[in-house]
Amino acid sequence: MDATTILQNAFERQASHSGNLDTFHSENWKNFSEWGLPAIKHEEWRYARIRNVFNDKMILNGSTSLNADNIKTHLLEGNLSKNAIVFINGVYNASLSTITEPENQLVVKSLSAAAEDEDAAFVKANLGHSQNYHRDGINALNAAFAAGGVYIKVKKGKRIEHPVVVYHVTDASNGFAFAQPRVLVNVEAAAEVVLLETYTKLGNDESLTNEVFEICASQDAIVHYVKIQNEGKDANHAGTTHIRQLEKCVTHAVTLTLSGKLVRNNLNMVMEAANSESHMYGLYLLNGETLADNHTIVDNQQPNCLSNELYKGIMDEKSTGVFNGKIFVRQDAQKTNAYQSNKNILISENASANTKPQLEIFADDVKCSHGCTIGKLDQDAMFYLKARGISEQTARAMLLHAFAIDILDQIKNEEIRNYADKLISERLSYDF
Amino acid sequence: MLKIENLQARIEEKEILKGINLDIKPGEIHAIMGPNGSGKSTLASVLAGREDYEVTGGTVDFMGKDLLDMAPEDRAKEGLFLAFQYPVEIPGVSTTNFIKSAVNEKRKYQGLEPLDAAQFLKIMKEKMKLVEINQSLLSRSLNEGFSGGEKKRNEIFQMAMLEPKLAILDETDSGLDIDALRIVANGVNQLRSKDNAFLVVTHYQRLLDYIVPDFVHVLYNGRIVRSGTKELALELEEKGYDFIKAEVEAANA
Repeated sequence: MDATTILQNAFERQASHSGNLDTFHSENWKNFSEWGLPAIKHEEWRYARIRNVFNDKMILNGSTSLNADNIKTHLLEGNLSKNAIVFINGVYNASLSTITEPENQLVVKSLSAAAEDEDAAFVKANLGHSQNYHRDGINALNAAFAAGGVYIKVKKGKRIEHPVVVYHVTDASNGFAFAQPRVLVNVEAAAEVVLLETYTKLGNDESLTNEVFEICASQDAIVHYVKIQNEGKDANHAGTTHIRQLEKCVTHAVTLTLSGKLVRNNLNMVMEAANSESHMYGLYLLNGETLADNHTIVDNQQPNCLSNELYKGIMDEKSTGVFNGKIFVRQDAQKTNAYQSNKNILISENASANTKPQLEIFADDVKCSHGCTIGKLDQDAMFYLKARGISEQTARAMLLHAFAIDILDQIKNEEIRNYADKLISERLSYDF
Repeated sequence: MLKIENLQARIEEKEILKGINLDIKPGEIHAIMGPNGSGKSTLASVLAGREDYEVTGGTVDFMGKDLLDMAPEDRAKEGLFLAFQYPVEIPGVSTTNFIKSAVNEKRKYQGLEPLDAAQFLKIMKEKMKLVEINQSLLSRSLNEGFSGGEKKRNEIFQMAMLEPKLAILDETDSGLDIDALRIVANGVNQLRSKDNAFLVVTHYQRLLDYIVPDFVHVLYNGRIVRSGTKELALELEEKGYDFIKAEVEAANA
């Protein structure tokens, strides 16, 4: 049975019980069938050859023998366990999830439930909005199975005290695990939330997570979003984080990629109203044969918006880092300030970096800048450290950690920052 | 302590050191003077192990060991210290953490336990007084945004923390105003003992008013062309380097 047949069977199995999402599913299945998986000639997928990941051994939304106790060991501690939304193999699991915040502040329910109740209008208006930017088979394939997803609502004027953490647990003990998590977040006016996504793969087989995470931020909302991938070398990932900013809002995204086989992160900031602000930071710290591809889009549609973007890459061994940063400044978006920077360090001869800024500006009174660098470790700094008796290995770890710290420091939540720093320091064998 | 014999070195294809001989004993302060481009800083860099330079001949014995055979970090752990002419700015590395790592790597090499936070802090406080450096500077990223004087003081502070056997000061006086110069010199003088030695590389005699050398050597065109006591420095100050150049050229003619 080939991959398409596996997916076809899975689609037919779910179609009978997906309620109001039926139309969304079937439209997207049709799109997927028409567009197919992005092939090498698809410009947006030139480096991330996602099609090659699909195979005839895939198990979509597979079952797991994990129970609540096993799952708990994979969750973070302290306040990062207070609002825990757990996905198992791409399907939201309410019984394993915990929400501490009261219902009048934070609502978490299945996407299929939200599509039927008082949130149905929101779901209809926002679910699949990312397809305006990603008309490809990968996004459509996720959409065809959206019923397994989760809906999160942060209520008007509320500030959620503890981060809302989405845990993606993929169990590849029984074969190649294919997970397709879907998240839709409604941040109402003047609400504030910190969202964290983390990924854990269990078992020895490979996995693929094909995710779509859509956020819609209303007026004066503040959204902090952090994505940390450290799933191990056999995990593939294709994820889209899409943030609509309907009115004046502030959004802040930090994307960390520490391991994986093929990792593709799309991040879209859609600035639909004037005076919004988007911050996008990313770090990819790669080794082995990992390919990490970050594609970002900032779409400035209205005047007086600010976007600031800094992505940094460290590539060791045979790894590849890709950065593609699109900035659109539409005709009405006068007085836009849009900054972009991508900096890469290659540690080994066999590592590579590809970087491509892509600015499309249709307004005439804007400030936009972009820059990219690809270099090696600063040899003068290395010598300075070694001349003080610091070993080559430690000196390198210190300099790489220092390079990464600009991005780490952008994680405003201290517990998340410390957790991310621990992962990065462990990777660099940096213990100070 | 340090015995340099016929040391020759080049950078790319350019010969810079053309046979240096120098013998430094514990407790001594030697000054290397010379015009720009004579090879002073090259000598300092070669001794510290900078890889841009290729040693093409000669030997350097440092307390019974072949210095040229050692990696830069091992030279440092054996007790060699270079105060950089241009200390490197390293954003993202805290000065304190950096010095703590350096101190503890050296202790590990010597078979000692690493210092814990409290012990380290205590020693740091003592040494900070020595070079009149304050805590706020040390909490910042290494040398980032430091003034010239602050960078040089930080070098001397690191020297005080690492307690080297042989410290090489590479034009530590350049760019220092008189107050900073006095502070730096004062730090050096307090660290002087019968067991350690200093090699002070400078273009001007001014520093030697404060750090009084036992011997002064004039480096010109990759060779030590004159050696003497501190009076030689005064003579150079008075007559300039031209008379040395003239002497050397007359001898070669």
